[in-house]
Amino acid sequence: MSEARTIAVAMSGGVDSSTVAAMLCAEGHQVIGLTMQLWNQRRLSGHEGMPEAVQGRCCSIDDVYDARRVAETMGIPYYVVNHEERFEREVVRPFVQEYLSGRTPIPCSLCNNHLKFDELLTVARQIGAETLATGHYARVRYDEERGRWLLSRPADNSKDQTYFLFGLTQEQLSRTIFPLGDMTKPQVRERARHLGLASAEKPDSQEICFVPGGDYKKFLDAYLSEQGDALPDTAGELVTADGHVIGEHNGIHNFTVGQRKGLGVATGSPLYVIQIKGDARQVVVGDQTDLYSRTLRANRVNLISVASLDEPMRVTVKIRHRHAGDTATLSDAGDGQVLVAFDEPQRAITPGQAAVFYDGDVVVGGGWIV
Amino acid sequence: MRRVYFDNNATTPVLPEVMAAMQPYFSERFGNASSIHRDGQSARAAVEHARESVAVLLRCKASEVVFTSGGTEADNLAIFGSVQAGDHVITSTIEHHAVWNSCRHLEAMGCGVTYVPVDGNGLVDPQDVRDALRPNTKLISIMLANNETGVLQQVAEIGRVGAEAGVCFHTDAVQAAGKIPIDVNEIGCDLLTISGHKIHAPQGEGALFVRKGRQLQAMLYGGRHERSRRAGTENVPGIVGLGKAVELATHGLKNGDTLKIAVLRDRIEKTLLEQIDGCGVNSGGVTRVCNTSNIYFDSVEGESLVIALDLKGLAVSSGAACSSGASEPSHVLTAMGLRSDRARASVRFSLGKQNTSDEVDFAISLVPKTVERLRELSPVYTKRAQLTT
Repeated sequence: MSEARTIAVAMSGGVDSSTVAAMLCAEGHQVIGLTMQLWNQRRLSGHEGMPEAVQGRCCSIDDVYDARRVAETMGIPYYVVNHEERFEREVVRPFVQEYLSGRTPIPCSLCNNHLKFDELLTVARQIGAETLATGHYARVRYDEERGRWLLSRPADNSKDQTYFLFGLTQEQLSRTIFPLGDMTKPQVRERARHLGLASAEKPDSQEICFVPGGDYKKFLDAYLSEQGDALPDTAGELVTADGHVIGEHNGIHNFTVGQRKGLGVATGSPLYVIQIKGDARQVVVGDQTDLYSRTLRANRVNLISVASLDEPMRVTVKIRHRHAGDTATLSDAGDGQVLVAFDEPQRAITPGQAAVFYDGDVVVGGGWIV
Repeated sequence: MRRVYFDNNATTPVLPEVMAAMQPYFSERFGNASSIHRDGQSARAAVEHARESVAVLLRCKASEVVFTSGGTEADNLAIFGSVQAGDHVITSTIEHHAVWNSCRHLEAMGCGVTYVPVDGNGLVDPQDVRDALRPNTKLISIMLANNETGVLQQVAEIGRVGAEAGVCFHTDAVQAAGKIPIDVNEIGCDLLTISGHKIHAPQGEGALFVRKGRQLQAMLYGGRHERSRRAGTENVPGIVGLGKAVELATHGLKNGDTLKIAVLRDRIEKTLLEQIDGCGVNSGGVTRVCNTSNIYFDSVEGESLVIALDLKGLAVSSGAACSSGASEPSHVLTAMGLRSDRARASVRFSLGKQNTSDEVDFAISLVPKTVERLRELSPVYTKRAQLTT
């Protein structure tokens, strides 16, 4: 193992980050535990559809308690840092805005870009830790030949979180370590048990941390009503691809591309949402085959394994977290945008989601689907 | 690692004399102060002796002192014991959460609450209190010294406003006790809160001064302890500790302890202001208690500075702790009109009588370079530096 360093660990109270902290301690590093307070889980309680108090989720008192206990057991300094203001500005508001514009956002990537690997990394460096470790399943290494820091898929493909990390800059990657990248989840749990961590059997969290129960529509209602806005009226027409109005809908934020249920129209063959036109407040529907398309554009692109796209590149592209990825040709489209041309048509390419490009296991980069 | 503690407004170490005074009351003289037998009598005597000591500190009668579990309970008893639904209460925007959140709850109960504002130094204008009076005003609750800035309010003026209007006046003196002489008659208050652990007694003990004749609705139902104003077996060791700490504080006020603390505090303030650009003292322009200095360091996140200093051995604080242990922006500094970034850039140094000149040197050697390091990495600071060059 490399020489002892001061390393800050982003601790959520879960098994992954607890194990990271314990492993680094065992390796003899000076470890500082940090938990970000991002969202007050009780803030929207009392609003319609919101639970009174949320347990067992990011930023809940229970999770902080768990993280603190792990830190105490290891005898490491531990602090909770308050980033609620920035989280609301950079993650929650864009999340709401995206839905109201007819897109389907991924807040976790925004949080990684703006909070974890930006503000938290800054705090870590300010308090004397030049390196930040997290419990993400991913790998990072420096490639001498290319002179670049590379992000690549972890050993445990089923836990691969690189899709959410495509926005990391070279500077951020150079100061980040992912100690779980070479381990599988069962190995991590085994290690946690071995290290005597109370969080060893804690279930994984899956949903968006600030949306209780995963019901984003109720969250939008509650948040906007707290902000004093009524939910803006985004109701409009349900149209076919060739422009025929076949009905009405109750607001574009209730739809996502590929959705079948809840259209409120009875026809012979099943209808799917194939496009959401935010400006016109139209939800375009069609049959299964209309859902497929071969190309996408992505903006706000971040490139990792290469400095620029000088010529078209053969890659594998994931268009959502649970997408297996498919082969495509990636080319620069100017204005910070890229064009992805898939070999085979893809189902439900969804604006607001990320397109992440891979060269084998290595992340080439990614951008936001427009 | 060397540890230096400059967070005495959060809590203070129990002094050895206080420990020694309490010691016999755990196992030797363990009696219940309400019992008839000699064991009980011995505990009763100790409790009443402590009550006398508190009365000396506050210049009141011993019978006017009610022991509680701390400052928060005393504030709650003062407020909820004096007010009913439909009444009106006047308080300020810079009160401690014990008063502030009690008043918020009064609103939920159907009381009217006026939060009088403060000026840029954190001072309440007594005229604002007078102007806020209504026919149904039952209580004025304005703190004596602020926990974050140390600012002293003109409580005697406010006391006169209350007296003239016949309205009960409560003052939270938790941060003032032991730091300035307190005379409940000069202040003209009917209720006054103190807390043990801010003056080197253990945590979990406090007292409320209740002026003779003042009716107070008890909050706890139980035995007739504390003249039926606070049910529950007395915490005898805690009360003995509070009594001893109060005696030491009374002695210290005469003895120049506060002056010694002020000299140390002023040296920190002066040196940091000389050595660090873009910093200043919040409420520096008005009368403060001797031990508190609230300093802003522009372009620095106070929370990060507190953590960085802690890792190097210096304990200070910023903002208010929320339930997770993170800090929230200070409502006190915001109420004074500080921009939110400057409120977040503020850190409180609060000294105690155990602190030494050597410890001040330690802090002075540490803070400037830590602030510099934080600014080097601050995106806000870099931008500003580029703009000016």
